[in-house]
Amino acid sequence: MAKADPDLVARLKEKSKDIAKQLCDMTFHIGTAHVGGSLSMCDFTVALYYHFMNFDPEDLKNPDRDRLYLSKGHNGCLIYNIFADLGMYTKEFLYNGYNKIDGKFGQHPNRLYIPGFEASMGSLGHGLSISVGAAHAGRMDKRNYRVFCILGDGELQEGSNWEAIMFAAHHKYGNYVEILDQNRVQGNAYTYKTINMEPMVDRWTAFGWDVREIEDGNDMQQVVDAFESLPASDSQEKRAPICMIFKTLKGCGIDFMENEPKWHACGLDEDTLNECKLSIEQNRSGGR
Amino acid sequence: MSEKSTWDFGTMLGMGSARDIFMHKIMEIAETNKNIMYITADGSPAGSMQDKFRKKFPDQFIEVGIAEANAIGIASGLALNGKRPYVNTFGPFLSLRATDQINLDLAYNEVPVCVIGTHGGVTSGGGPTHYTLSDFGIMRAIPSMTMIAPADANQCGKLIDATLTYNKPMFVRVARGEEPLVYENQDYEYVIGKAITAKEGDDATLIGAGIGVHNAMMAAKALQAEGINVRVIDMHTLKPIDAEAIVNAVKQTGIVITVEDHNIISGLGDAVAAVIAENGIGCKFKKLGLPDEFAALGTPEELYEYYGFDAAGIIKTLKGFM
Repeated sequence: MAKADPDLVARLKEKSKDIAKQLCDMTFHIGTAHVGGSLSMCDFTVALYYHFMNFDPEDLKNPDRDRLYLSKGHNGCLIYNIFADLGMYTKEFLYNGYNKIDGKFGQHPNRLYIPGFEASMGSLGHGLSISVGAAHAGRMDKRNYRVFCILGDGELQEGSNWEAIMFAAHHKYGNYVEILDQNRVQGNAYTYKTINMEPMVDRWTAFGWDVREIEDGNDMQQVVDAFESLPASDSQEKRAPICMIFKTLKGCGIDFMENEPKWHACGLDEDTLNECKLSIEQNRSGGR
Repeated sequence: MSEKSTWDFGTMLGMGSARDIFMHKIMEIAETNKNIMYITADGSPAGSMQDKFRKKFPDQFIEVGIAEANAIGIASGLALNGKRPYVNTFGPFLSLRATDQINLDLAYNEVPVCVIGTHGGVTSGGGPTHYTLSDFGIMRAIPSMTMIAPADANQCGKLIDATLTYNKPMFVRVARGEEPLVYENQDYEYVIGKAITAKEGDDATLIGAGIGVHNAMMAAKALQAEGINVRVIDMHTLKPIDAEAIVNAVKQTGIVITVEDHNIISGLGDAVAAVIAENGIGCKFKKLGLPDEFAALGTPEELYEYYGFDAAGIIKTLKGFM
């Protein structure tokens, strides 16, 4: 496979580091956030919003925009920072409006409060069905926008996902890409110790999906290569829907958080914040 | 003795299946509005109206299989992208198994999806697994959700027309199949949220929803022969409820009895009682419906009689108040 443009990879890698630091700043300011899973999905999410998705912050209702549905809604805090970074609102607006009566930013994102989110999410096991409905609408309207849905691996323990997995494979959406953030840690414990989800690739394959495994989902080179290898979105084409399994590290880039369940949601004092940012600067380079 | 409350009443007024009528209406609107969609969960047997819809509008039809939660989620994603889905299958599986999706994917996301649960109340005859006895209460408790139970098949047709300009998530309960028509004259105005006085009267008021309106009408007609003028209110919209109609009934008749094919906890009766209490007005009041138990087996007529909310049961309760 052809290697991606090194300048693009370098630019996205820097942006991912920057967003990871902004996430830590936000966590310090607002008190607590779902940091662990936000860091595991940071690289591919940055790659999507800053390059691969047709996403224009000034034209959020464009009928041809690509749609991203965040099924693991607790990591909306990462996208809150991306939206601020893209100039959709100020940092003050975000910090002052977090979990406040008249604020717009909850622990889980609400589409009615923050334009840019395609759906309000938070309870796990909802995003797949909703996003598949969006793909179906694209097929009906003969528009070739791509629909992405970011799922967590622990989330797959919810049975509702498998209804949608069967449905999407049956209908063969050529405009649909499922993104699995396989960080192997759920809310309180390791996924494989709670309910083992392996063999993950075989499960999706058996259900009729075109599975693409990304060995290091926090390596921007691999992330970019994976997105560049996607076929063009074609709502009229019937093909196995695509499942990209990004093998990631929860808390990626902050050495003391990595692969540690206790950092699923956390607060950061000033000293810890500085440690986090230093660690991100030193360690968040991917290709571990 | 009252007129016998049986489904034979329909032979006098004409019978109709709400299931056929709403499908007919949805087909009608799907013809001109290509955003209208019909989604079902294992509900499109060969030869059915659903099957006809599939053949006529294949692009506007989705069969999800036995997967109600997915049906609601798919409908939400479609509605978020400009479609107008009608999701329909057995009421118990929509109102209970897919409650989470109705709450979040539809209500929380504020999308105009109309969920139609058939086999309302005990009308399936299928026993507790197939009775729909909690939908009123569940949907009333979901923020911003609208809950509707048309009184008869023709009203269901009027409702489908009304949904086109009602851009909110809603749950509609209809009975299993053919049920008696309540309204002899179809020339009445139907507005979501506005109760209908199906029969005038000042001696007492019966407030029904769904099949409860029919049972109440049967009782009221029998009492009329005895010179007792009972008002019948068709509270087709349980939420938002028409408080004014309730307050007027209390003030003008002094007796209110609610009739519903639903658990008496959390249903029409509780909604009416809350309006009465919060308005600081009192009256003789009774909730008729299913008691708080998994209901017995039998035909709907047998069960309405057994639980005391067929016409005879309603009359007995009412006379106890007079």
